[in-house]
Amino acid sequence: MEFFDNHKKLFTAAFLFFLSLSLFVVIFPAFDIQKNTAPLPGATTLNADVEQGRRLFIANGCVACHTQQVRNIDMDKKWGSRPSVAADYARVRRTDLFRNTATLMGTERTGPDLTNIGSRQPVESWHLVHLFNPRIVVKESIMPAYPWLFEIKDSAAKGEITVSVPAEFMEGAQGKVVATKEALQLVAYLQSLKQTELPSGRPVPTFLYPAKTANTASPGSAKPSLDGAALYATNCQSCHQPNGEGLKGAFPPLKGSKVVLDDNPELMVDIILNGYTGRVSEGYGPMPAVGTNNNLTAEEITAIMNHEKSSWGNDAKKVDLAAIDKLINSIKSKK
Amino acid sequence: MKLLNTGSVFFSLHSVPGLAFILLALLFIILLIVFYLYGKTQQLESLSRTRKKNFDPKRFEEYLSSLDGEQLDTLLKSHKHLPVILLLLLSPTITFAQDAAPKASSMLTQPGIIILIILVLIPVLAAVAFMAVKVARMVSASRRKQTLSDSSAFDHYLDSLPEPDAEAALTRRQQALQYRPKPNALSGDLQAQDDTGLLHNIDSEAALPVVAAKKRATRRPPVDPQLAKLVTAYLLCAAFWLLFGTTVGEYVGIKFVSPDVDHLSWLSFGRLRPVHTNAVFWGWASLGMLGLGYYIVPRISNISLYSIKRGWQSLILINAAVILGSLCLMAGINNGGGEYREYIWPVMSLFALGLIFTLHNFIKTIARRTTKEIYISSWYIVSALIFVLTIVCIAYLPWWQQGLGETIVQGYYMHQGVGMWFMLFTLGIVYYFLPQQLNKPIYSYSLGILAFWSQILFYTVIGTHHFVFSSIPWWLQTVAIIGSMGMIIPVTAGTTNFLMTIRGSWHSIGSSYTLPFFITGIIFYFTGSMQGTAEAFRATNLVWHFTDFTVAHSHLTMYGIISFFLWASIYAVLPRLTGKEAPQSTIGAHFWLALIGLLFYTVPLMYGSTLKGLLWIQGKPFIESVVLMAPYWLWRAIGGSLMWFAHLVFCYNLYRMIEGSGVLSKKSQPIAANPAPEASALIPQTI
Repeated sequence: MEFFDNHKKLFTAAFLFFLSLSLFVVIFPAFDIQKNTAPLPGATTLNADVEQGRRLFIANGCVACHTQQVRNIDMDKKWGSRPSVAADYARVRRTDLFRNTATLMGTERTGPDLTNIGSRQPVESWHLVHLFNPRIVVKESIMPAYPWLFEIKDSAAKGEITVSVPAEFMEGAQGKVVATKEALQLVAYLQSLKQTELPSGRPVPTFLYPAKTANTASPGSAKPSLDGAALYATNCQSCHQPNGEGLKGAFPPLKGSKVVLDDNPELMVDIILNGYTGRVSEGYGPMPAVGTNNNLTAEEITAIMNHEKSSWGNDAKKVDLAAIDKLINSIKSKK
Repeated sequence: MKLLNTGSVFFSLHSVPGLAFILLALLFIILLIVFYLYGKTQQLESLSRTRKKNFDPKRFEEYLSSLDGEQLDTLLKSHKHLPVILLLLLSPTITFAQDAAPKASSMLTQPGIIILIILVLIPVLAAVAFMAVKVARMVSASRRKQTLSDSSAFDHYLDSLPEPDAEAALTRRQQALQYRPKPNALSGDLQAQDDTGLLHNIDSEAALPVVAAKKRATRRPPVDPQLAKLVTAYLLCAAFWLLFGTTVGEYVGIKFVSPDVDHLSWLSFGRLRPVHTNAVFWGWASLGMLGLGYYIVPRISNISLYSIKRGWQSLILINAAVILGSLCLMAGINNGGGEYREYIWPVMSLFALGLIFTLHNFIKTIARRTTKEIYISSWYIVSALIFVLTIVCIAYLPWWQQGLGETIVQGYYMHQGVGMWFMLFTLGIVYYFLPQQLNKPIYSYSLGILAFWSQILFYTVIGTHHFVFSSIPWWLQTVAIIGSMGMIIPVTAGTTNFLMTIRGSWHSIGSSYTLPFFITGIIFYFTGSMQGTAEAFRATNLVWHFTDFTVAHSHLTMYGIISFFLWASIYAVLPRLTGKEAPQSTIGAHFWLALIGLLFYTVPLMYGSTLKGLLWIQGKPFIESVVLMAPYWLWRAIGGSLMWFAHLVFCYNLYRMIEGSGVLSKKSQPIAANPAPEASALIPQTI
C-alpha cells in the first residue's frame, strides 16, 4: 500500500491518531476539572511553615509510601470520614518555576494514608519522636528515620523543643535531642492534614462495597463483641505501646494507671472522648481527643476500655455498653 | 493459612458462589467423562460390527509389509500360526450412572444443600471415572482381539495360496528388509570440500562440555566502524546505568528489611527510590533501546545512518540528564512526586532534546532508504520516539496541571511512558532481531500492523486505571478499564506473531544462546500484559491497589519483557559489531540468575501483597499488614540480589564482547559478496 510506504504519511497518521486520543483522555478532562473545581469553603490556606513542611515532604519522597486519598470504598473508611473529592485538591497549584503541582495522592500505601493524619494523630511530640526514629514508638515500622532533622546539643536553649529519645536509639550520642526548624515545619504540615467538611447541601459521596455485617444464622443473638485489642492497636498503641507501658517522658503508661483501674469509668471515657492535659506537668504530652477525632462508637470505646482494663496485668472491673453509652451522651451534652 | 480462609470469602464454606463454582466444576468434569465414554462405546460398537468376513486378498501387501524379519522367518519355516498371546479380557460389569444433578431451585442457594450435593457427586465422579478406565481397557482389548483374528485370517490365506507363490512373496519381503545401503551410497567417493563457505561451527575435537554447547555467532558482513563504535557506546552506557540503577534498587530493597542501615539524607528511601526507577528507565532501558535502534534503522533502510555525530550528541544529552537527575533527586530536588516524572523540567528537557536528535536522525535515514517498504520495526521505533516526546510535552507543560488535573496527567504519563515508549520501541527491536536470529521472515506482517494500530487505540486511554476509586471522574476510570481489556488484542496479536515465527524452529532454541532470552521475553510479554489487564478491574483493584503487587507487576514487565528482549538483542548484535563473543557459560549464568532472581522477586511479592489486600479489606490494624509483608520483602531482597549478580555477569560478558580475546569462529570465512542482505530478506513478498 502506498500509504504504508510513505514515511511522511505513515508517521503523521500515527502521531495524529495518538495526539487526538490523548486530547480526549488527558488534556480536555484535565482542563475541565481544573476550570470547574474550586477549593472547599472550609479549607484553610497554608501558612508559611506548613508550606515549607509540605516542600520537605515532597523533597524527601514521602509520597513513595504514603497516599493522600480516601477512595470511595469501604476499606478506606479508616482513613477519613468521607471519600476524597476533586475539590480537596483544587487549591494545590504549581510549586514553583522548576517544580510541578504536587497533589501527593500517591500510588502505594506501604505506610498509612495521611489524608486525615492531623485529626488522627495531632500530637507534636509524638510526630517528633516518630520522625527521629519511627521504631521508638512503632517497633515494627519500616519507615526511614530522619535524624538529620534534629540536632544533638548539650543543653537546649530557651524556646527550643527537645525530644525524649530512649538511650538505645541515641547511637551512643550524649545530650539533648533538639528539633530543627525543618522538623517542626514538617510536623506542622502533617498536623494540617485534615479532611474539610463538605459544605451543607452538597451530596457526600458514599463508600462502595460495604463490608457485609456478619449475618449470623440466628438473628436476635448478641452481636459479636468487637476486637478490643485490634481497636487498641489502631487507635491507641502508637503512643501507649503494645505493652501498655507508654514511653518514658512522652506518653504515660496504662498498665497500673489509676484512671484505667478506677471502677468509676467517667474520667476514662471523658479522656478518650475529649483528650487530657492533666499530666503535662509530669512531662507527658497532651492526649488528643481520640474518640471524637476517630469517630469511635460507644461499642468501640467499650471494647477498648475493657481491653485496657484487663491487659498487661490490669485487673479492673469491666464496663458494659449501656453504662458507657449513657456516659458518652451525658459528656457530649455537657459540652 | 488462616488468612486465606477468613479473608477470601469466595472460597469459604459459607459462600454460595464458591460452592456453586465447585459444584459446576464437578458437573463439568462428569460431563466430559460421559462424552469420553460415549465416544469409546461408539468405537466398541463399530469394532464389534466389523464383518467376520474371510481375509481380503487386497490387503495382502499391507499385512506383509507389517511383518518383521523374525515373523517372516517363522512363517517361512512352518507356515504355522503366529504365536498367539491372548490377554485376559476384563469383564466389565458396569451400570450407567444416573445424572446426579438435581434441578435448580431455591434449595440451591443454601450452602448446606450444595455441600451435600458435592459430597454425593464425589463418589459419583469416582464411579464414572472408574467406568471410563474400564471401558477404555475394554476397547483396547477388543482391538487387540480384532488384530489377532485378522492375523489368523492372514495365516489361513497364506495356507490357501500355492506353496511357491507364498514362499516367493515372503522371501522377497525378507530380502527387502535385509537391504543395507553401502556406507558411501549417499556421499559418493569424492572428498568433501566447502567451496562456498557455508559451513560453520565445525568442531571435530570438542572436549566434553560442562554445559550444552550452543551455536557460536558467525562473522557477518562488516558494519561501518563509526556506527559500530556509536552503538557499542550506547550499549556500554546502558549497561552502566543498569548496574547503577539496580545497585540502588537492591539497596532500597534491603531498606525494607533493615530500615536503619544508614541515616544519611541523600540515601534515605524516599529519595533513592526514584533514583532507581529513573536510572533504569531513562538510563538502562532507553539507552539500550536507542543503541539497538541505531543499528536496526540503517540496516532495514539499507543505507548508512544520516548523521553519526547527532547520534553521539543524543547519547551525551541523555547521559547528562540521568546524571543530573539522579543528583537532584538525592539532593531532594524533585518535580513533585509523580512516578517517573520526578526529574525537574530542566533535566528532562535534556533528555527530550536527545530524543529529538535521534528522531530527526532516524527519520532522515528512513527518508533516504533504498528499500520500497518501511519495515515494521521502523514503524514501532519511530512512532515510539514521536509518542514519548508527545507524552513528555503533555506531562511537563504547566497549563493543565492544577489540582486534580495533575493526577489525570500523571496517570496518563506513567503508563504511556511504559507502553508507548519502552514497549513499542522494544517490539520494534524484536520484529527485527527475532526473525534475524531464526533466519526466517516474520510470520505475518499484517498481524504486526494490527498490533501496532490497536496498541495505539487501547494503550493511550488506559492511564487512569492507576487511580481507580480516586476522585478523578468515574467515566474516565471506566474508559481506562475498558482500554485495559482492549489490550488483549495487540498483546495476543504480537505474541501469536512471535510464536508463529518460531514455529518449526523450536529445535534451534536449544542450540542458540540468544533465543532463550527472546522466549522468556515473549512469555512475560503475554503473561505480564495480561496481568496488567487483570489488575485494572474494579474488583481486583480492591485487593491489589496500593499494595506491592504493583511493584511485582512492574518488574515482571519492565524486567521480564523489556530487559530480557534487550539482552537477547545485545547478545545478537555485539558479536556482529566487534567480531568477539562472550563465553557461553557466562551468558547462561546471566540468563538463569536473572530469570530465577525475577521469579524469587515477584512470586512471593504477589502472594504476600494479595494477603495484605485481604487484610486491609477485613479492616485489621494497618501495622499488621507491615508485619505480614516482612518475609515477602526478604524474599524480594534475595531475588533482587540474584538479579544484581546477573547484571555483574552481563557487564563481564559485555567486556568480553568488546575487549575480550574470543574472536569469532576462525574456521569460517565471511560471505562478503552481498552486503546487508537482511533488509530485503526480512520482508515477505506480499504485504
